[in-house]
Amino acid sequence: MKYVDEYRDESAVRRVLDDIRLSIKGSWTIMEICGGQTHNLVRFGIDEMLPKEIELVHGPGCPVCVTPLELIDKAIALAARPDVIFTSYGDMLRVPGSREDLFAVKARGGQVRIVYSPLDAVKLAKENPNKTVVFFAIGFETTAPANAMAVVQARQLGLKNFAVLVSHVTVPPAITAILSSPASRVRGFLAAGHVCTVMGYWEYEPLAEQFGVPIVVTGFEPLDLAEGIRQCLLQLEAGKHQVVNAYARSVRREGNRAAQDIIRRVFEPCDRAWRGIGLIPMSGYRLRDEFGDMDAEGRFPEVQAIAVQENPVCISGLVLQGLKKPHECPAFGKECTPQHPLGATMVSSEGACAAYFKYRALG
Amino acid sequence: MCLGIPGKIVEKFEIEGRQMGKVDFGGVIKETCLDFVPEAKVGDYCIIHVGFALNILDEQEAMETLDLFRQMDELAQEVELAEIPDLQ
Repeated sequence: MKYVDEYRDESAVRRVLDDIRLSIKGSWTIMEICGGQTHNLVRFGIDEMLPKEIELVHGPGCPVCVTPLELIDKAIALAARPDVIFTSYGDMLRVPGSREDLFAVKARGGQVRIVYSPLDAVKLAKENPNKTVVFFAIGFETTAPANAMAVVQARQLGLKNFAVLVSHVTVPPAITAILSSPASRVRGFLAAGHVCTVMGYWEYEPLAEQFGVPIVVTGFEPLDLAEGIRQCLLQLEAGKHQVVNAYARSVRREGNRAAQDIIRRVFEPCDRAWRGIGLIPMSGYRLRDEFGDMDAEGRFPEVQAIAVQENPVCISGLVLQGLKKPHECPAFGKECTPQHPLGATMVSSEGACAAYFKYRALG
Repeated sequence: MCLGIPGKIVEKFEIEGRQMGKVDFGGVIKETCLDFVPEAKVGDYCIIHVGFALNILDEQEAMETLDLFRQMDELAQEVELAEIPDLQ
């Protein structure tokens, strides 16, 4: 497959890693933001092929991981209603709420449907005028334009039976939160290639300047990941802190304007709680007032009161901030496994704990 | 979650006011919304995420990046040769 195979060339990856070994002298800690990158770094063993002085810590860029437990419980409460068809991307269905997951609701006869595209949820609403179709609108900036388009499409079709449960988060405020923590060890970042495909990378330039950290826009294939790491380390060795685009075939500085426009039309920034981390100011999107009638929490106000407590043993908040590694948790691979996850990062295949469990046989 | 897969546009059409297309992922064809890439043509490669094309992949940039790796490879081979005295 063009644009994939050539970036999985093992000898090219080894060459980039060799260059890192030859040219990097210092000890550095860098963070990849995106859970998809975490998954591939661990899957292809790239983190283990780096010199031991280079540490990769895994960031909070896994929307399934950072969606608050109470929102999962709200989704479950909505899905259990006989007058609702609940629609979601597949990854959310097995995320445990405080008592059960969406699969359990489905098994009991609840109408829970996996959709590939949010437009599929709009189509379901059109075909089922006697039910309210609720779509679980989660994700980072990559997913926000698609979810926004579903809202616009439902409005244009005049559908009154479509609503969204919104849990959108954005990357730059999370980087600010991580770097503002006095405990942070992160000296450089790999920025998420597909978030930047939508948003561009101009937003990261003031962050690199303010915190003195290099930020390298990085793709997802092994060669992209190795090169992103190399570019970040070269800057650290040279005492530089610039934003560099190492995923130029996909990312332009200004991003995709049409996609940004629809995000701005439908959503506005708001404070948002991240599972395992807590509230990060202005780190999410909510529906603008103009589309407020499609807010599922407004449509079914009984779910607004749902509040829950996280499991106190779980250290996923520290893992998501790069302060701990998964296997440093006493529950890792014991009480906490992908089949019985205690917390956010064991839930999704893109969570750092799940990736370590699957590929490192540490369990 | 932010998984995006490159695919090639093989057909363009319109449904309910949305620009849509059929996109080929190495043999698997899926329907995709092209509203965010209005300039896209049949034959262009895009990154597809949850049924939406997010960009048009830049072939020129892709070639330049791959050239860079090739040069790195050649340079490394020259260094290796220089390090083996028998071949001098």
